[in-house]
Amino acid sequence: MPIQVLMPALSPTMEKGNLAKWLKKEGETIKSGDVIAEIETDKATMEVEATDEGTLGKILIPEGTADVAVNTPIATILADGESAADLAKAPAPAAPQKAAESAPPAEAKAEAPQPKAAHHPTAPAAVSEPEPDVPEGTEFVTQTIREALRDAMAEEMRRDGDVFVMGEEVAEYQGAYKVTQGLLQEFGARRVIDTPITEHGFAGVGVGAAMAGLKPIVEFMTFNFAMQAMDQIINSAAKTLYMSGGQMGCSIVFRGPNGAAARVAAQHSQDYSAWYSQIPGLKVIAPFSAADYKGLLKAAIRDPNPVIFLENEVLYGHTGEVPKLDDYIVPIGKARVVRKGKDVTIVSWSNGMTYALKAAEELAKEGIEAEVVDLRTLRPMDTETIVESVKKTGRAVTVEEGWQQNGVGAEIAARIMEHAFDYLDAPVARVSGKDVPMPYAANLEKLALPSVAEVVEAAKAVSYR
Amino acid sequence: MAAPKKNTAKEAGLEHAKGNGSVPEFSKEQELKALRDMLLIRRFEEKAGQLYGMGAIGGFCHLYIGQEAVVVGMQMALKKGDQVITGYRDHGHMLACGMEAKGVMAELTGRRGGYSKGKGGSMHMFSLAEHFYGGHGIVGAQVSLGTGLAFANRYRGNDSVSLAYFGDGAANQGQVYESFNMAELWKLPVVYVIENNRYAMGTSVTRSSAQTDFSKRGASFNIPGKQVDGMDVRAVKAAGDEAVAWCRDGKGPYILEMQTYRYRGHSMSDPAKYRTREEVEKVRHDQDPIEQVRNRLLAAKVSEQDLKNIDAEVREIVNEAADFAQHDPEPDVSELYTDVYR
Repeated sequence: MPIQVLMPALSPTMEKGNLAKWLKKEGETIKSGDVIAEIETDKATMEVEATDEGTLGKILIPEGTADVAVNTPIATILADGESAADLAKAPAPAAPQKAAESAPPAEAKAEAPQPKAAHHPTAPAAVSEPEPDVPEGTEFVTQTIREALRDAMAEEMRRDGDVFVMGEEVAEYQGAYKVTQGLLQEFGARRVIDTPITEHGFAGVGVGAAMAGLKPIVEFMTFNFAMQAMDQIINSAAKTLYMSGGQMGCSIVFRGPNGAAARVAAQHSQDYSAWYSQIPGLKVIAPFSAADYKGLLKAAIRDPNPVIFLENEVLYGHTGEVPKLDDYIVPIGKARVVRKGKDVTIVSWSNGMTYALKAAEELAKEGIEAEVVDLRTLRPMDTETIVESVKKTGRAVTVEEGWQQNGVGAEIAARIMEHAFDYLDAPVARVSGKDVPMPYAANLEKLALPSVAEVVEAAKAVSYR
Repeated sequence: MAAPKKNTAKEAGLEHAKGNGSVPEFSKEQELKALRDMLLIRRFEEKAGQLYGMGAIGGFCHLYIGQEAVVVGMQMALKKGDQVITGYRDHGHMLACGMEAKGVMAELTGRRGGYSKGKGGSMHMFSLAEHFYGGHGIVGAQVSLGTGLAFANRYRGNDSVSLAYFGDGAANQGQVYESFNMAELWKLPVVYVIENNRYAMGTSVTRSSAQTDFSKRGASFNIPGKQVDGMDVRAVKAAGDEAVAWCRDGKGPYILEMQTYRYRGHSMSDPAKYRTREEVEKVRHDQDPIEQVRNRLLAAKVSEQDLKNIDAEVREIVNEAADFAQHDPEPDVSELYTDVYR
């Protein structure tokens, strides 16, 4: 029977890609290992190798097709002795979307208890609104978060010769997640520095360079690997200004993806929001929208203090509207009301906002108007914006991908109790990652993360509905 | 950063101080300066020990007595702009860098006139003016940080050299080797000064180290190293000159193993059961860095009175520092919340 070639997933978070080019024609002989096509993602162009031998029977997706979902059949290969007439025997190609959604099949069962759960939803369009103080008539560009981050770094590097980037694969490889794409070409090897795999060491080298007055941007391939560098981040970067009586500080940004990506299991999926935001001396930023990614990273690079900039791999490919301004800065330490509502306050940040905003849409259908607060900065925390919202709604739900015990949600709940106790009509509810190391199996992973359904349920519970 | 051409350890010459006798002589002025600077450290540390006993200094207090020739000799090899960074046994380094005894002692007593306004203590002091970058309490952390200082020099294209001091104990930390690798890879101008005082707290070098020749610790990274008699200030200075010149020439890092000895315990609360009193007395008697200089000066017909005058000058500085440190007020309570961010 003819063999189907499926659109491959080229990274843990890839959902779709463009079929850029066919390198084989129908009727050509194919050997295992032959490059048959090129696929573009927002990160890179990759080659598709044949894993089966035979003749390229039919091309199902022509070259130039954009947004082909992973697992969509893109061609069929005929085995020896088969002819075009056999093509009919190949299993009927599934509709692209359906193919993506149905893999892996185990997920279907996990759906049952929480039917509205969305695994890796795309960012709702509503969240890319600019800062309220962007001048009227400002032009906007549609950018991926990955591009917004790169532009922020490039702009700051053009502005200040003391700013440089160091980390694993940031230069020649163009970034493990392509966030530093093009920086080596523009700024050269002096300022875009590939390090050995040596997190503890290069974090210390970065902090030492900052103590000498430079402004390093230290990229961790993911924050999971920064655990090896924790001592330098906390004991050296965060505490030196205080220990020196204000004499010597450290202007440095530690950035990289934080939290769960997709199917990379316990050691690559931890959310460090709570860990870093406990430390005096650090500023901790975890944005959601593309505009905030850009404006806050620029602010972080200029800040004279050590800043932890928590990104999210799932969001890198998401697009948003970024103000086209020469110098778009979003102030550190300011939360933002992304959606107005009067019935319940939902507070979140980073990818937690995905669940929060989708839940708000669901709730609106049932007549509950949720106000959604994007914290954006975790330290210093904008208590005022949270409290003002809660004073209006009387109810609050926190949403985070990290664990509940001593989590950021716990801190928010405590602050609401301290500052708005008399306004509360119900105890604060927390939606969080489950109290387990991240499992690998798709169904379990989905259960371990927060879901839209859980946020909806929590919002209803605090609203006694 | 592009890696320049590699040199091998063999080409660079792994030399060893042991048995290759001749030490360059100091001029009389150099001898007098070395004597004065070493004496200042010793008298300062003795006073700090006293104040600790009186309860005026709290927490940990690690004295440098016995090791004075290392920082004094190395400092004589530096020029303005070269940076110094070290671990927690840091009082001697600060004084050698030119930081004032008053400010250091007042930090030990936790007073507002201390270098860190009383907020850092014995292990955490800094002076940007004197290019002293701490004072770090986590064993080995200063090695990566000092490598970062050298990175900044290279980035800026100046000819400053960074001196990263650490002990035989810290030499077993992983980040030391991560730093060695990057320093040689990027040819960073850093001298790693390993102060081998034979004991990491209570654990002797032979009980903790598979390779006890610390000058060879950079061999697998092609970093040249040298063992130095760290009790002879002239030998230290000569080795320092060589290492610093190597770095300034853009040839990358250099390792100096200073063979030295601390007379006092690891900290003030160390009963020192891991070595005999005789061992300590023997080093003091045979190798004391200050006595060596004093004896050479006397042999060169410098008068007892001249030496007594130096002693008196040093004692006055130390007494004044101790007096200041006990009478200066504690930091204002408002200082609790300052200097967390800038």
